[in-house]
Amino acid sequence: MKVLMLGWELPPQNSGGLGVACYHLCKALANNNVDIEFVIPYFSKTPVPFMKVTTAWPKKYKNVIRTGLAYDSASYVDSGGDIKHLDIMQQQRLYEESIEKVVNLGSFDIIHAHDWLTLRAGLRLKAQTGMPLIAHIHSVESDRAGGNKGNPLVREIEYLGLSLADEVIAVSEHTKQTIMRDYDIPSDKIKVVHNSIDREELGELDPDNTYVYLELMKRQGYHVITSVGRLTIQKNVTNMLRAAQKVIEKIPKTIFLIVGDGDQYNELIDLSAELGILRNVVFTGFQRGKAWRDSFAVADLFLMTSVSEPFGLTTLEAINYGTPSLISYQSGVSEVLKSCLKVDYWDVDEMANKIVAVLRTPALRQSLRDNAVSEVQKLSWAPSAKKLQKVYAKHLMEVA
Amino acid sequence: MRSIVLYLHVHQPYRLRHYTIYDTGTDHNYFNADYNAQESNEKLIHKVAEKSYIPTNNKLIDLLNRYPEFKLSLSITGTVLTQLEQWAPEALQSFRDLIGTGRVEILAETYHHSLAFFYSRSEFEAQVLMHKNKIEELFGQTPQVFRNTELAYNNDLAFWAEEAGYKGILAEGWDKVLGWRNSNFVYRPAYTNNIKLLLKNYALSDDIAFRFGDHDWPEWPLTANKFSKWLNDTPDANVFNLFMDYETFGEHQWHESGIFHFLDDLPNQWLKQEGNTFMTVSQAIDSFEPVDYIDAPETITWADTERDLSAWLGNPMQQQAIAALYELENKVLGTNDLGLIEDWRRLQTSDHFYYMCTKWFNDGDIHAYFSPYSTPYEAVINYMNVWHDLQFRLTENGVGV
Repeated sequence: MKVLMLGWELPPQNSGGLGVACYHLCKALANNNVDIEFVIPYFSKTPVPFMKVTTAWPKKYKNVIRTGLAYDSASYVDSGGDIKHLDIMQQQRLYEESIEKVVNLGSFDIIHAHDWLTLRAGLRLKAQTGMPLIAHIHSVESDRAGGNKGNPLVREIEYLGLSLADEVIAVSEHTKQTIMRDYDIPSDKIKVVHNSIDREELGELDPDNTYVYLELMKRQGYHVITSVGRLTIQKNVTNMLRAAQKVIEKIPKTIFLIVGDGDQYNELIDLSAELGILRNVVFTGFQRGKAWRDSFAVADLFLMTSVSEPFGLTTLEAINYGTPSLISYQSGVSEVLKSCLKVDYWDVDEMANKIVAVLRTPALRQSLRDNAVSEVQKLSWAPSAKKLQKVYAKHLMEVA
Repeated sequence: MRSIVLYLHVHQPYRLRHYTIYDTGTDHNYFNADYNAQESNEKLIHKVAEKSYIPTNNKLIDLLNRYPEFKLSLSITGTVLTQLEQWAPEALQSFRDLIGTGRVEILAETYHHSLAFFYSRSEFEAQVLMHKNKIEELFGQTPQVFRNTELAYNNDLAFWAEEAGYKGILAEGWDKVLGWRNSNFVYRPAYTNNIKLLLKNYALSDDIAFRFGDHDWPEWPLTANKFSKWLNDTPDANVFNLFMDYETFGEHQWHESGIFHFLDDLPNQWLKQEGNTFMTVSQAIDSFEPVDYIDAPETITWADTERDLSAWLGNPMQQQAIAALYELENKVLGTNDLGLIEDWRRLQTSDHFYYMCTKWFNDGDIHAYFSPYSTPYEAVINYMNVWHDLQFRLTENGVGV
């Protein structure tokens, strides 16, 4: 069986969890001998051993320069050296039109498209070939808009794509409910396939942490709380900082390490000053590799308090590096993880209450950590791949 | 007798290099950026020495030779002097030559161009003393007249300066404190007995410092002839206090704007009319009796349309950053670690807080021109990462934080 997989990013060119989830899912599928060709809208030099990765953009372009963020414009350089700035809609259109020119459509059995960015392409190819289309949803527009409606053009693509797809995969029950609420897709058309974690793919911690300053402060009795994610309305860092203010009132020796980049960056710096906690908040910008791993490891507690988080892989990554977590109920990961503290994203008082409790009660922190680590050790992508293969098989039977 | 009192302020901060949280705790070099980086102090000193300090000093020495009545006053911060010593000794020598003419007066101020007066009186006094020693050492002159950083001034400062023995002090001739009066006379600060106050004529000063090269300004091009005529046509005036950044000549106003021609021709045009002369700040203070008291209960400065401290301390980011810095005072001084103390003092330089300013309207262009950062938020992050490193060093020194 051969799958035409439509994606927008893969590590290390990823901006967040979408690329990571696609990568591990494909790896687990390939382990079960599923043949995958993965199409992305940019050229990657990073080899992927278990599947073919194909670039889809018109031949006249020599190079695509992506900025750091997922939904930003990118610069397309043509062979004459001229640079064209394309917004996210224009990029999608190019991607959609190029795929049929760069892959052999006749060789595939099924189309598997990830998120709204590839749904137009998926619909077009389904119409051309008659192959079944699986729409895999890692986040919905209302998630990214922090509970608001978001961009109507994006909603339109999601609505059409989800309605016309043969089956919808949601990364959590939370996402399934969101899809049903936002787009009236019937429950039996949506299958939940949870994300997971591949611990072998995560880099090992070094004995020396890169946050030398934070390590020294910890030896002086300071506590460190980390958050890792895009600085956007979805991630709810504003409420996190409001909770931070209340925590610092009780425990002044607390430092909040904010890792990530996004449109709220400046606003959050401003907010920490307004709240009077500027010196307790450290902003690092977007990080990868050692600095990224160490930001989990240095922390006493990891926070992911998104307004609406389809899954929330970072929580599992934090636990893998030995850090317990406080997450919002409004997240997919809260469906699979028992050993963590949970809070409503809007409940700043309760957030502060739980953070203080963890910092003041080492035994609580220790049991949260130990139990979460043993939960995460049992997780793998294999069951998710199995579920997906069942979905493929069902639709291929229908075609036959 | 009517006199131009030309006073030029020479200053360069120690700009911070790009400093991340990964440097915090591992690298205590805050100020030495890569030579090619935008914020390289060495490169900027080379540039400003070449574009402004050396040609302007040469021009001023030339004018002093040509016109026996020409005089001026300077203030030079400690942070620019040490940078000149290290990276541009020929520019420093040209300042020594200029001051060696005996017709250039140097004012007192804080060594580190800081706002310490508003945060720590003892630190403020220490920096004023450091500056006095440096000026005596390099130029053999003891300052008699005080100017505070950014001309930040209030009644308390005037009272302090009188107690400290200064004969005069400088401030902005801002309408709010002058009321119906103008800046063209010598005044006395409220609640003082001896000290005299010179107020900047901001309209005439800014014609040169800010508007000179502005082609949209209806008075452009400004000639020394036209400018002298404005002064001569002004009724009832003893002094025209032209206070501005030294870097106006060649740096804020480029050579191509004609600013050096203007400077060259100014004594010629001004001295044509009998009774016109130039004075240093001390001569103006000695020559004229105060005509009235000036009451400044609130702090005024020479910056922005508000003429207050809001360019440096207006937003919560600035307020918290500076409060965090002064909170470390006793601990830093207690270490007796001279390197640490000097780093802490360089972080007091007002420019660091100016880069964090978020007022974007009338004065935004000016702020952007002077900042090595693309946004004020980056300035905050960079500054706080360095602050955290100070905290780190204190902790290593065994001082609990």
